Amino acid sequence: MLKGHQTWECNEKPVILSSAAIGGPFESKGALADDFDILHEDVWLGQDSCEKAEKKMLEQACEKAIDKAGMKKEDVQFFLSGDLMDQIISSSFAARTLGVPFLGLFGACSSSMEGLAVAALIVNSKAGKNALAAASSHNISVEKQFRYPTEYGSQKPPTAQWTVTGAGAALLSLDGEGPRVTSATIGRVVDMGLSDPYNMGAAMAPAAVDTIQAHFRDLNRDPDYYDLIATGDLGSVGHKIAADLLRKHGIEIAPEIFTDCGILIYKKDQPVMAGGSGCGCSAVVTYGHFLNRIRKGELRRILVVATGALMSPLSYQQKETIPCIAHAVSIEM
Amino acid sequence: MSNKKIKKLTPTQQEYKRFAKERVPKRPVLLNTIRAFIAGGIICTIGQGVQWMFMTYFGFSEVTAGNPTVAVLIIAAVLLTGFGVYDHIAQWAGAGSAVPVTGFANTIASAAIEHRTEGYVLGVGGNMFKLAGSVIAYGVFSAFVVALVKITFKALGGI
Repeated sequence: MLKGHQTWECNEKPVILSSAAIGGPFESKGALADDFDILHEDVWLGQDSCEKAEKKMLEQACEKAIDKAGMKKEDVQFFLSGDLMDQIISSSFAARTLGVPFLGLFGACSSSMEGLAVAALIVNSKAGKNALAAASSHNISVEKQFRYPTEYGSQKPPTAQWTVTGAGAALLSLDGEGPRVTSATIGRVVDMGLSDPYNMGAAMAPAAVDTIQAHFRDLNRDPDYYDLIATGDLGSVGHKIAADLLRKHGIEIAPEIFTDCGILIYKKDQPVMAGGSGCGCSAVVTYGHFLNRIRKGELRRILVVATGALMSPLSYQQKETIPCIAHAVSIEM
Repeated sequence: MSNKKIKKLTPTQQEYKRFAKERVPKRPVLLNTIRAFIAGGIICTIGQGVQWMFMTYFGFSEVTAGNPTVAVLIIAAVLLTGFGVYDHIAQWAGAGSAVPVTGFANTIASAAIEHRTEGYVLGVGGNMFKLAGSVIAYGVFSAFVVALVKITFKALGGI
């Protein structure tokens, strides 16, 4: 049901029956290693290309989530997935393996929450009994497509971020026990004129702020309604800007509940500059770490605001500024 | 960013740009320069040592020792790239490891490794000069311009 301008409230409160998070070797050394279902030692997953490795991770995340719910692939009516590769090949190819009716999504790194929001809408409207939402990214395949070869010796600035090798999936249903998706705020595309692909956090921060503001306005809520508000992959630079920008706009979120998936996922001593990024970042942190904490009872209400930079390698070479988007989904126990 | 580009932005965008700029950590330019000086110096000293070795033990002259010296540095850089070390050195060294011939070797080797999965013809062959291509194109063009200048000076009775 529409609330305000851009927020859905899910009256039926779809349940996240199960979720899965898959990570790579760098993530296994990170701060949230315990929250992954599978951690791979080999960044190639024994495949002969990193693109295949990403697809494999996504498949594993989906199969694991379906398996944990005690279901079969046939029980899932719709599969929604997104990633960062051209023509979202990781998602489409994983959907080919799964054989579940599929809607491909692209919202750059916001695809994770875009998928969860649409899956919740499908289940809530009873268009499908069970829907699976997933997202993935792979450090090598994404760097290869968007930046330089991984072994190329370029000096990264302190604002650069490290693309997470990971895939996350969540299975939604109407009946069952578990954390519930209660609302979703769909973001507008916001472009504040930044064009540096090595500073995506600062480019995406206004989009996150716009969506967070819209969420509180539409639902007439205060930030203290939530135990945790997490942005997707703003990193330490973008997250600080977002916090300051929110304060400037009169929304005060207590620093202890306002965090960022890109900051949480790695340890301080890992050489990731400003933090993690990529579709996999918000997906594994939400579907792994946050949902585990909700299930343990440490958190009751969270808001995840996944941020995405909607640029292509071509657009920034042509000196276009970076349009950004953010989608917020609230999950409550 | 140039002034021309900033003028294209709306006042709100310009305001945000200033807002963000105050909060973005700066590149440590002075530190990077010092590191580049040290790292570049070390690479060149190694090169000098190799050249000296070729001249002393293998009977090369100062001019002819140049080619094998460059070859040794290139092979070393390609191996370091392949073993996944060069990019870590470069993160510390910056321009120090990018400017010498080792940086050029790294651009070609890293692109070749990266695109190995697309096959030898379209992948490795088609992409290995992805980064080095512009160095070659503008390097050859500038050499051509310099040569023209030299010929002109000579024709006018100069050096």
